[in-house]
Amino acid sequence: MDGTIAGFLAVDGIATGAIYALVAIGTVLIFTVTRVIFIPFGDIAAFTALTLAAIDSKKMPGTLGLVAALAILAFLTEAGSLARTRRLRQLPRAALIYLLLPLAVVGAVWAAIPFAAYEPVRILLALALIMPIAPLLDRIVFRPIASGSVLLLLVVAVALHFALVGLGLIFFGPEGVRTEPLTSFATDIAGIPIPGQSLLIVLAAIAFSLLLFLFFDFTVMGKSLRATAVNRTGARLMGIRPARSGTIAYLLGSVMAGVSGVLIAPVNTIFYDSGFLIGLKAFVGAIVGGLISYPGSAIGALFVGLLESFASFQDSALKDVIVFATLIPILLWRSFASKQIDEEVEE
Amino acid sequence: MTLARLRLAALVAVLCLAAAPFLVSSFSVTLLNYIGVYALVAIGLALLTGIGGIISFGQAAFVGIAAYSSAWVSAVSGYSPWLGLCLAVVLTCSVAAFLGLITLRLRGHFLSLSTIAWGLAIYFLFGNIPTLGNFNGIAAIPPIPIGSLKLSGSAQIYYLIWAIVVVCLVLSYNLLNSRMGRALRALRGGKILVESLGINAFRVKLAAFVIAAFLASLSGWLYAHLSTFISPSPFGAEMGIEYLMMAMVGGSGSPIGGVLGAALVTLLKNGIQDYLPLITKGASGELEIVVFSTLFILFLQRAPRGIVPFVARFMPQLRHVAPGTIAKLPVRAQPAPGYPLLIVQDVERRFGGLIAVNHVSFEVNAGEILGLIGPNGAGKSTMFNLLTGALRVGQGQITFAGQGICGQSQSHIARAGIARTFQHVKLRPRMTLLDNVLLGAHPRLHAGLLRGALRLDRVEEASAHAEALRQLARVGLSDDPFMLAGNLPLGKQRLLEIARALAADPLLLVLDEPAAGLRRQEKLRMAELLIALRDEHLTILLVEHDMEFVMGLVDRIVVMDFGSKLCEDAPAAIRADPRVQEAYLGSIA
Repeated sequence: MDGTIAGFLAVDGIATGAIYALVAIGTVLIFTVTRVIFIPFGDIAAFTALTLAAIDSKKMPGTLGLVAALAILAFLTEAGSLARTRRLRQLPRAALIYLLLPLAVVGAVWAAIPFAAYEPVRILLALALIMPIAPLLDRIVFRPIASGSVLLLLVVAVALHFALVGLGLIFFGPEGVRTEPLTSFATDIAGIPIPGQSLLIVLAAIAFSLLLFLFFDFTVMGKSLRATAVNRTGARLMGIRPARSGTIAYLLGSVMAGVSGVLIAPVNTIFYDSGFLIGLKAFVGAIVGGLISYPGSAIGALFVGLLESFASFQDSALKDVIVFATLIPILLWRSFASKQIDEEVEE
Repeated sequence: MTLARLRLAALVAVLCLAAAPFLVSSFSVTLLNYIGVYALVAIGLALLTGIGGIISFGQAAFVGIAAYSSAWVSAVSGYSPWLGLCLAVVLTCSVAAFLGLITLRLRGHFLSLSTIAWGLAIYFLFGNIPTLGNFNGIAAIPPIPIGSLKLSGSAQIYYLIWAIVVVCLVLSYNLLNSRMGRALRALRGGKILVESLGINAFRVKLAAFVIAAFLASLSGWLYAHLSTFISPSPFGAEMGIEYLMMAMVGGSGSPIGGVLGAALVTLLKNGIQDYLPLITKGASGELEIVVFSTLFILFLQRAPRGIVPFVARFMPQLRHVAPGTIAKLPVRAQPAPGYPLLIVQDVERRFGGLIAVNHVSFEVNAGEILGLIGPNGAGKSTMFNLLTGALRVGQGQITFAGQGICGQSQSHIARAGIARTFQHVKLRPRMTLLDNVLLGAHPRLHAGLLRGALRLDRVEEASAHAEALRQLARVGLSDDPFMLAGNLPLGKQRLLEIARALAADPLLLVLDEPAAGLRRQEKLRMAELLIALRDEHLTILLVEHDMEFVMGLVDRIVVMDFGSKLCEDAPAAIRADPRVQEAYLGSIA
């Protein structure tokens, strides 16, 4: 391997890593606020890519049906729980949040697709359509077991991922998609070609991380999210509703995952089930950050991207073996580096 | 229900299983074969996850290692499938032991995540090894021969599969009712509890991990020779989670739940495959996984404990029979009264810049009750943790019964004869009073895994039971030894903790705020018990907040304040000491 190839692999790895970083940051966000290790984030990213591809070709994306179905389910779940606790007076509000709002998004996107002439508009439509999915899933799947152990939530998240893969096949079909590059710009540094797309990916990752940072530090909502992450009971005593914080976290996380999906679609062919490996590798990055630290997760995700890039040059068949085998020493290091008293698993 | 009836029910179940191939269609027999094969993995997960609390997503990879081993030996190399079994078991257990050694020290979700990691790594490996046929797999795997008979038909291999399942079930239940099984059941109480009982938590975890892998290897071997063709796909993450579903659906705390779960999940999947196309045309395979995952999520939301605990509520309780006269467990000789049993010399412990314990020295003499008191933040709890090995000593020496115990593990110190209780009671709420006390006797017993599983430990177990009953009687809890510990009120839970500590036959009993949260009557009862224990020459160190409780009970008091020892004297003198009054009430001036 000479310098040029190494440089090329490094550029590729950093771009892939930046994509993982976006998903990883979303994963950390959700975990700290809701304690759910949201494995399906990769699926959200893949669904965004598939949605965008459908919109690009003037087809109605399957996401429309998916969101509508989830909205109805979420509303029924909420209505059921309101009926059980005799709070039916809140039903109109529940209908507004869980049914009308997502359906309005679906309707607006549906109406706008034929007129979306510019790529940025189409990307916005795809993101708008993808955003309700995770919060609705939160209401349907995780809210009823919100107080369960981290492990129960993890098992449920994994099961949810499998359900989503199946739904992906139903709503999007088995064909892979690759969207048009967002830019044809290209440059080179010291003889190493740098595609504009890679630059864009890295810039987007930096921009969104920065935005998240500003949100956390300079808005009340961001601070309430951080408060929930630090101490749920304490935040609750201060009048912050953990469920609402959870919804906001899922929305923000979805944007991050969605953006990563938009960015990866022109680079890799995305299938309905591509999300799992994206999510899992982002997750490896998040673990490097101890599932707590945002910068740590971003660095971890970059590391995974680089590792994957160099591993696939050495032995492309075994690249996944290498990436996942590397996770074990990282886990060991993280587990011993974190000082918390071991969580007691009571029945 | 008596034990005899339970055995009768089990016998009927086995007879039904034996008769099944003559009564049902050959397709159903095939289905039963797969249920049996999956059940083996699920039984392992019931032990590992349900009881031990270690969630593994990677069992499918173990099944795969075994299946590929045997397939390679028999189909590629042409040797006997029985040789394949040997390789399968040895290889799978070695890989499990290796992975366990590395990963089982991981905490909480880190551990479960590592199982996903190695599970996937192994899965991807299968598809990339040319001798194992890459992603195409290995075909034409020969049937298992028994003598001259080849088990090629589904009705023939049926008996082998279910015989193995039944044997494994029996061994699992034997194991759970033995010394190592109790240790396994205690794991979920947390490392501090388990180690304080003199149990090496890591070794118990490793044992459970390898046992689960062993069961998975039997399953993999049977799978390879049952399906006669293997490829990587049934050993991936999807199947890993499916095995976990089986264990959780069945009721992850019981081995029989593993079998039920395997049956339910397999029949459900089969049902979905059969009936879904009737409801919706076109989409089938993809909808299956959606319906299946949805049902699983619903199940976890509604009944996170599974079907067995749900059904067990409607079943008659098993009646226990008290054992007859039995040989007693050997007892340690208590040291002569006045002997300096525990010597704390100039001990220091810092947390960063904070000095929690600052050059503290005191002695506990045999046969006395020593009270360690002090206001909040005085360093009592840190001192307690240093004594029991939960924290490392920074500087200084702690000598117990003539041996230095600084730097030794909690379980080692517990075995040396220091038994403790906890400020926040740590009992196993779903184990009986008797089993909780038996946990305390763990270091005095010797039966290992194998003796437990084969019930060769019955003589020792009977002695241990008698000892546990004796300790329960000693603290006044002998009314219903088969009650669940979680049903006791706090006062009695504290007594139960003392009974558990006594079962370890300790030289020194260390109690962490035993009166905290007790009502007046309960406190009096506790004080009476402690005085009675001292009169039996047991040495007691008491860390306590409640002055009234301490003053009437102890022989001497050590007062700590801001990490340092303030003074040490008889209760009356301590009460009169102006320094102590200042520490507790603030200075007068």
